[in-house]
Parts: sequence; C-alpha cells; structure tokens
Amino acid sequence: MSNIGSYENRVKNFSWAIAEQELGYHEGDVINIGWYCSDRICQQGKGNKNALIWEGKGEDEKRTYTFNDIRILSNTMGQYLRKLGLTDGDRICLFMDKVPELYIGLVSILKIGAIAQPLFSAFGDESLLVRLENAGTRAIITQRKHASKVQKILEKLPNLQFIIVVDDDGRKPLKEREVSFHLDQAQRVEQFDVFPTKAESPSLLHYTSGTTGQPKGVKHVHYSLISQYLTGKWVLDLREDDIYWCTADPGWVTGTSYGIIAPWSLGITQCVMDAGFSADAWYSFIQRKKITMWYSAPTAIRSLMKAGDDVVRKYDLSCLRHLASVGEPLNAEAVVWSEKMFGKPFYDTYWQTETGSMMICNYPGMKVKPGSMGLPFPGLTAALLDPDTYEPIHETNKVGLIAFQPDWPARMRTYWNNEETFQKKFRNGWYLTGDRSTIDQDGYYWFIGRDDDVINTGGHLVSPFEVESALLEHPAVAESAVVAKPDEVNMEVVKAFVTLHKGFEANDEMELDIMNFIRKKLSPLAMPQEIEWMDKLPKTRSGKIMRRVLHAKEWGEEIGDISTLEND
Amino acid sequence: MPDLNEMKEVILKYVINEYAEEDDDVTFDTPLISGGLVDSFSMVSLKRFLEVKYKISIPDERATPDAFDNVSKIAALVQEYL
Repeated sequence: MSNIGSYENRVKNFSWAIAEQELGYHEGDVINIGWYCSDRICQQGKGNKNALIWEGKGEDEKRTYTFNDIRILSNTMGQYLRKLGLTDGDRICLFMDKVPELYIGLVSILKIGAIAQPLFSAFGDESLLVRLENAGTRAIITQRKHASKVQKILEKLPNLQFIIVVDDDGRKPLKEREVSFHLDQAQRVEQFDVFPTKAESPSLLHYTSGTTGQPKGVKHVHYSLISQYLTGKWVLDLREDDIYWCTADPGWVTGTSYGIIAPWSLGITQCVMDAGFSADAWYSFIQRKKITMWYSAPTAIRSLMKAGDDVVRKYDLSCLRHLASVGEPLNAEAVVWSEKMFGKPFYDTYWQTETGSMMICNYPGMKVKPGSMGLPFPGLTAALLDPDTYEPIHETNKVGLIAFQPDWPARMRTYWNNEETFQKKFRNGWYLTGDRSTIDQDGYYWFIGRDDDVINTGGHLVSPFEVESALLEHPAVAESAVVAKPDEVNMEVVKAFVTLHKGFEANDEMELDIMNFIRKKLSPLAMPQEIEWMDKLPKTRSGKIMRRVLHAKEWGEEIGDISTLEND
Repeated sequence: MPDLNEMKEVILKYVINEYAEEDDDVTFDTPLISGGLVDSFSMVSLKRFLEVKYKISIPDERATPDAFDNVSKIAALVQEYL
C-alpha cells in the first residue's frame, strides 16, 4: 500500500492540517526548515540513521553523514556564519558543486534565519552578477575553483562582504573579501539556538528566467515545508527504509525542495553523486547504494535510453521500488521504456520554481497514462483558463493556460524587488503558470507547451532576452534573436539567429567563438547549440524583432499574422 | 594526418583553457563527461571545436558521452574521421 492510498479519498478528505499535525506544527508556532531537517529527526530517536551518503568525482571521495552529523555540522556552520555577523534576513548564496557543504550549508543558513540563495555552479560571471546584484547578497559560500568567477565581478557587488571558501588549501593567499572555512576542521557545536522563524519568514530565493527582463528571484518561506513534506510523502512515496536519490542539483528548486527539504524532513536517507552523466556510472550507483526511490528528469531518462538497453542489463536494479520524474514533460516512450527496463514506469510530476512543490502528478497506485502530467495534488484547485478571458474552460481536450487557485503552503510570496511582475502572475484570482495543456475526459492533464518564449532546455528555463543581451556584448554581433529549437534529448535547446557587424566574417570559427562566449558568460545551458547567420532579422515596422516568426520556422509551424512585418 | 600525440596535446590544451576551473588537474585520461568537467551542453562546443580544427564532421551518433569521456578517446575518435 502506498503512502497516499486512495487518491480519490485523499481529495475528498484533504486538509494541509494533515501535514501540520504530522510535523507537530500549530498556527503561530516557530517553524524552521533547518531544524525540521536535522534536530527534529534526532529528537525522534533517528540521530544515528544515515542522512547523506555522498560520492564525489574521485575513487576515494566517499562520505556518509548521519542525521546527528547534519545537526551538529549545520550548528557548526551556522555559528561560523553568525560570528561573521550574518543574521536573519541576510541573503547568503550557495555556489558549489554537489559537495556535502552545499547540503549542510543550506540547513545552516536556514537555522540562522537567513535566506539561502542557491545558484547553479556552472553559471558564468554575468549570470552570477545579475543574481547577486538583484538579491543584494551579503555572503557567498563557494569552492576555490568557483571563487575566481566571484572575484571577476566583485567590484560591482558592494553588498557582498564575504566569500566563504570551503576548500581552501592555503597554497595561495586569500583574495579580497575571502575567508576560509573548513567544515571538517571546525570545532563542533553541539548546542545552537535556532532562529525562531515563523511561517511567513523568508527561507529561500531561487532565480528563474522569464521572457523579458532579468532573472526573477522567487521568494519562498518556511511554511513551504508543509507542502514539500506532504508531496514527498504522497507523491514520491518516501518511506522510513527508503534509500532515495534525487539527481537534481540544489542550484535549482528540485534540488532543494526534493533534494534536501522533503527527504530530510521525513527522516529519509538520501544519496548524492557529485559527478557528470554516464549511464554506467548511474546504474552502478543505483546498484551499489541499493537505491529504492529515484527522482530524475526526462532529459536524463532520454539520455539513458540513448545509451541502450544492454547497459541496463549489466546491472542488478531490482532494488528500485518507485521512480518519478520532473523538469519537462515526460514523453510516453520514456514511460513505456522504463516499464520494460525497470519493471515500473517513471511517474511524471509537474511543478515550477514559483509553486515550490508538486502540483500535478502521477501517484503511486494510480493508472499512469504514458505522456500525461497526471492529476492535481489533493487540496489544489486547478483549471485551464481561456487565454483571452482568463475564465476556466470546461470542455475536454481544449488547450488552455494551466492555473491554480491560491493558496498552498509552498507558493512563492513575491519576486525579489519585483512586486509588479509578481502581481502579473495572478488574474481573476488564479495563479498563472505560463504553461498550456489540455484536460482529457478523466481529468488528466496533457502538456502542450509554454505560453511565452522561455526556452525549457533539459528541464531548466532559459530566457531568450538574457541570451540576446549577452550576444550583443560579443564584438562581432550586431543583432540577435534567440528561440527554442526542438531537441530529441533536451526537449528544446537554444538557437540564435545573428547578424554581424561589418568586417566580421560568418564562419565556423566565429560560430564556435560566440558559443563559447555565451557558455562562459551565462552558462552551458544558455549556449546556442546552433547559430544561423542572417543578413537581417524579421522585425515589425516599429523595429521590434519578431521572434515568433523564427520560432515558427524552427518548429515547422504556421507563421501566423505577419501584417506588421517590416518590408524591405 | 596529424600525429596522435600532438593532437592529444592540442585537445588537452583546449579542454583546460575552455572548461577547467582553477586548480582542476586535467590529463589525457581525466574523465571529462562522467567526471563532471564537461557537461552534455558544453560537449556540443567541444565537438564543434574538433570539427573546425580538424576540418571533419563527427556524426551525432558517434559523439556520445563515452566517446568524449577523456582526451585520449576523443583523439582516437577524431583520427577515424581524418
């Protein structure tokens, strides 16, 4: 029997109070996610249970931490942060690979009441700058190898007081604003006063991309724990004896909501592999660690499919009990393939950085319709809205905007320093996801696509505006337009249409130079996988680039109304 | 045809300049993809470099994470298309 049991019964009898009661929380109480993920589990007598089984890139890089270790080490790191003068409300960025300090660091930041701002460690200096600038970040916790990116932009960040390097080996002198902190060598702190955060105290700031403007800082609060805990229990079906593996990086929301908060608040042992992708390495990890619950992404699943069935057969993967997926729509072929290879389907889950927790899901025990997003989580009022009137559509199989009626505990509370954009996410009392789908006769949702130009590549959103702006900083680029291009593995990848300044030649060397320029400035995700040279870009008579014309061309779609297209 | 050892040196230098972070120790046999030094997105730019540098075309089906997992393997792959 799964944790959720009957979906229908849960829908009928739902209340968020179920999670509040299980967590021992009452309205008005102190609620601190850091405490719930460490101290509380120890108080339940599970201090000696493994919390984190970690493997790094090298053969001998293996570490295991119990919940008591997490409690003490997060106290230790929290005390260090406090000694630096960091306090509640401060934004502290985590900019690291998937090393233990990232996971423990997040817990420690929450314990001092500060706001954790995790950023993907592959971000280039420009991506880093706009996010740190917007958040007014006071400290960044990072590794020596990433500190150089911070140093490059330091002059533009007057608020950034501390660059905390967790693996400095002392071979070179520390640079401006750098301090060294070794978690393994620090004096252990047994007793620690966890900051008394309340339900609406800010906890995390995750940055996400939109069509226009700079990335937006999605503000979450400690009360988000309620939905992250319950979805972890009912959707991921996490159980006491599970060995869980969430492959997401905590630089993105899945890696925090379901790579830290959900499993640890449930007292679940989780495994982390800090290495790149290889089918053999992944299957070997599952076999060696005896993973029972695996939460991954369609891009990874499609990459595994591409690696072939013979690789799967080399390993004993019978330990796997339940599989789930998130990031972009999971295609039907991947569901069918996983049933064939693992004896069970991947259960797709749909949610966003802004929703903070799972919203539309396939639940253990329910019939999976391959390719479908599933059904709304109990307690949520979901609908498809007419894109013109923002009124609910009641017909089946008609495309509409996916929307939810507030409120649920993990909903974002605002975009940092951008309340105006936040307010635009709500119409007629509905939260607009920006995604389109249909609903079938059984109430299952079927994803259609984005309602804007944002590119979903490998489950991560990339803003065409951000890439276009960065392209213009390349000395050869005169104009650019960036759109999504279909891709077999990543669903979409970035494609750029570029015109060059006079004197520059459009050739393969130039294409490579521009690709690398964007990769280093923004991130590998944002790097155009293809550049098409143009003599001129399609524009309206008022001079606005008509991205949709280029998008339609890439996707083989009807171009639509081009009456505003400028003539030669 | 370029000498294999010379080619490995050229590719290694490119990988270090383009993908390695400060203090990363990269050799001919360092795992690039499975070791997390080069991700699947960046692999596209590495493939493009090889194609531009050696004026070859590597079919997508041969540009697998395994074939690109270290400099020695990459050089061997490039040799096939010269």
